[in-house]
Amino acid sequence: MPIYFIGLGLYDEKDITLKGLEIARKCDVVFAEFYTSLLAGTTIEKIEQQIGKSIKLLSREDVELNFEKIVLNNAKERDVAFLTAGDPMVATTHADLRIRAKQMGVRSYVIHAPSIYSAISITGLQVYKFGKSASVAYPEKNWFPTSHYEVIKENKERGLHTLLFLDIKAEQKKYMTANEAMNILLQVEEMKKEGIFTEDTLVVILARAGSLAPTLKAGYVREMIKGDFGKQPHILIVPGKLHIVEAEYLVEFANAPKEILKEV
Amino acid sequence: MGKREEMIKEIKELMLQPERIRNMGIAAHIDHGKTTLSDNLLAGAGMISEELAGKQLVLDFDEQEQARGITINAANVSMIHEYGGQKYLVNLIDTPGHVDFGGDVTRAMRAIDGAIIVVDAVEGVMPQTETVLRQALREYVKPVLFINKVDRLIKELKLTPQQMQERFVKVITDVNRLIRKYAPKEFRDKWLVNVNDGSVAFGSAYYNWALSVPYMKKTGVSFKDIIDLTNAGDLKTLRKKAPLHVVVLDMVVRHLPNPVEAQKYRIPHLWRGEVESEIGQSMASCDPKGKMAMIVTKIIIDKHAGEVATGRVWSGTVKTGQEVHIITAKRKARIQQVGIYMGPERVNMEAVPAGNIVAVTGLKDAMAGETVAEEPIEPFEALHYTSEPVVTVAIEAKNVKDLPRLIEALRQLAKEDPTLHVKIDEETGQHLLSGMGELHLEVKLVHLKEQWGVDVDVSEPIVVYRESITKQSPIVEGKSPNKHNRFYIVIEPMPDEIYQAIREGEIPEGRPKDTKAVAKKLAELGMDYDIARGIVDIYNGNMFLDNTKGLQYLNEVMDLLIDGFHQAMDEGPLAREPVMKVIVRLVDAKIHEDNVHRGPAQIYPAIRTAIHCAMMKSNPVLYEPYQKVVINVPYEYMGSVSREMNQRRGQLIDMKQEGEVMIIISEAPVAEMFGFAGAIRGATSGRALWSTEHAGFKRVPTELAVNIIRQIRQRKGLNPNPPTEKDICPQQ
Repeated sequence: MPIYFIGLGLYDEKDITLKGLEIARKCDVVFAEFYTSLLAGTTIEKIEQQIGKSIKLLSREDVELNFEKIVLNNAKERDVAFLTAGDPMVATTHADLRIRAKQMGVRSYVIHAPSIYSAISITGLQVYKFGKSASVAYPEKNWFPTSHYEVIKENKERGLHTLLFLDIKAEQKKYMTANEAMNILLQVEEMKKEGIFTEDTLVVILARAGSLAPTLKAGYVREMIKGDFGKQPHILIVPGKLHIVEAEYLVEFANAPKEILKEV
Repeated sequence: MGKREEMIKEIKELMLQPERIRNMGIAAHIDHGKTTLSDNLLAGAGMISEELAGKQLVLDFDEQEQARGITINAANVSMIHEYGGQKYLVNLIDTPGHVDFGGDVTRAMRAIDGAIIVVDAVEGVMPQTETVLRQALREYVKPVLFINKVDRLIKELKLTPQQMQERFVKVITDVNRLIRKYAPKEFRDKWLVNVNDGSVAFGSAYYNWALSVPYMKKTGVSFKDIIDLTNAGDLKTLRKKAPLHVVVLDMVVRHLPNPVEAQKYRIPHLWRGEVESEIGQSMASCDPKGKMAMIVTKIIIDKHAGEVATGRVWSGTVKTGQEVHIITAKRKARIQQVGIYMGPERVNMEAVPAGNIVAVTGLKDAMAGETVAEEPIEPFEALHYTSEPVVTVAIEAKNVKDLPRLIEALRQLAKEDPTLHVKIDEETGQHLLSGMGELHLEVKLVHLKEQWGVDVDVSEPIVVYRESITKQSPIVEGKSPNKHNRFYIVIEPMPDEIYQAIREGEIPEGRPKDTKAVAKKLAELGMDYDIARGIVDIYNGNMFLDNTKGLQYLNEVMDLLIDGFHQAMDEGPLAREPVMKVIVRLVDAKIHEDNVHRGPAQIYPAIRTAIHCAMMKSNPVLYEPYQKVVINVPYEYMGSVSREMNQRRGQLIDMKQEGEVMIIISEAPVAEMFGFAGAIRGATSGRALWSTEHAGFKRVPTELAVNIIRQIRQRKGLNPNPPTEKDICPQQ
């Protein structure tokens, strides 16, 4: 019997596709993980009501270390659904789970759903002008990753935009805000001093993508770092070279300072 | 002005003139008379009453020390000595001689520039003489020699002057052989001791007299006078004619370097920063006007002042109210009181300049060995200890209400003595205390009771074993839990030469700053230079090398790999005992693009499992600590001694006859040595004199190993069956 990797989309229980919903309803067992992303506008209970089934919630350890035992073994005799926020194969490391399923002889299907990679289009920044993405992580003892800084630098050199995912510590219910991310990036700038992310850098912030009331703001770090963007999840974008329409859009929809129009 | 005030005034003047300062210590084999010598020097310099000296053992101010008759904690004293019409300030650190307290000796060595090596004229050079001399020379501490207990040669052994001279020559030759062996190259010849220039003195610390060739020439007192007075029992005249403190302190002032001379060559070796930098220059020149930098060598708890940190000021001036950086702890602190020692007493000063031994309060986060400075600087080399913890006891508070106090006390003990390892388990309330021997732990437990008022239940002592390997592993893959990061490693046993070089401090532990220099050294010791160039970290006698080339993102996970390597070395796969003599080489890696997918939770298990799995493929073995046991015993008890050692898996190394006495040298596992003191006393009717030395680790015989692993695992609450490769390596 197969396993279905089903995307839940971005914000609430209604972002799942009709196809995904129908399949989830007919599956015998339904698993879900929320450590890679957060569905801010809903609860497990609401999703359970929507699909009419109880959901077995998996921790990072369940997925990473015991996926075969907990999930795939079920698929030998039953239809199994595995729900994730966003699209199941985007911005996660779940490709490995499909490999493991294949190696155990379990067929698998992917049911797409809106991903942050398509939702960023709401910023007016053209999706084909995005370069490599990166994550901003909460620093830990002996771990202060700075590769996002290099990514922004490489993208900027080629005039490309950079999408920055912000860290999630699901176990501690910690979801990084854009303000925290800007702070971390300024610290990295302080160490590297290459002028890649300074108080004068233009940034775009998108909060609660996928909801009917997302917050979209653009401006310079100096101002934005003081801003209030409402509830998480937040994402942070560092634009590369702006096209005239991108700039006009940011002024109209993201309250960007008019002077950016002169820079294009 | 009273005598005391006058002395303080003099000290205040002298401490401003570094060329008039000598920072020295006294080091010796146990019972060779170190503490008696210290006391009589103090008495002679007017620091304690002459009547008490030699009886009171002032430096042993810890009551426990007095009860045991051996000096346990190094304490500091300052005294004044006149030589050639000039006054000098002599700072003296007393150091313990028992092998179980090796850490204290090593710490004290860091603070001093010269040392009096005391050798008992009857016993001659003993194992610990070699140990302390080696420690001194390694820290660039210049030695002079005092041959003690000469009165016994005269009165008990009734040697002729000719025979006595032969003894002295033997002791001097033995000491010089050791100096030649262990001294830094540039001092190998310069630091040899010599009767004629007065770098050797002989006498009796207990009867308070000493002689040296320069003193005999100056005063006309001859050796015959001494023999006659000793035989006549006229100790008073003896003391007057050849006063111990004059002869010995003359030797100290004349032959040991002042701080300005010493710091010039010591700083480049003890400090790993850039000597050409401003602070480097200031330390090398002992500049009181430079930025302040000092090293803490000892922390004691004073009932009134709280934590008192004692240390050596290298540069600048330590002042009351000064804000300082505690370098390794990465904290800031404000210095409260500043002082120097006179006997057990601390005298407060406003400021103490470079070149002195200082006592300060207010350094809350400092541990012994810590660097403290006005501005953040490169820390001093970690002090290396010649002994490492080999015995553990589990302790529990007798009374539940003492629990919080016990934890506080244990933390404090560990802080005062870095050779003491404390593992606190707040969940079970059973804490582990590891030290360098049975006695070391006993002393700490008495401290716990007397200074902290905590009553504890103590388990039988447990030996701390080591895990290691015997052959090279194949390439082993370690995957992160999300499988997006892979590390490929090879491990191999560390050759003895390299392990020794690390133990001796020739190759420092930790992450080398100058990898080229370390790689060169490793190549000299037989490692392939191209492999050695990858040196990243050395941890408890294990090594981590990066032999990959140009891998992207590797530098971002390197700190995590090193942490994971430490975790793997702290608890090996067989019985979760520490690992030794393992070289881990990273040969390839696949690393995820994005940093959230390669955080600590991914990297730690990946590298840890890879190392442990590789160990299981490399024929893992257990090592146990050994002691060298030297026993002096009358001939007729030889049989009993051999029997006692045989029962303890002891191996005879050497046997010598000196007169009526047999000297039996053997090695035995620490595990078999518990309760030896009582047993040997019984077997020889109390006629045996004995001492022990740490003798490194040896492989546990295979037939015993399985059982020992079982016992350890059971004690730790693990499945008692020794794990197999399948249990440790992840299923592919």
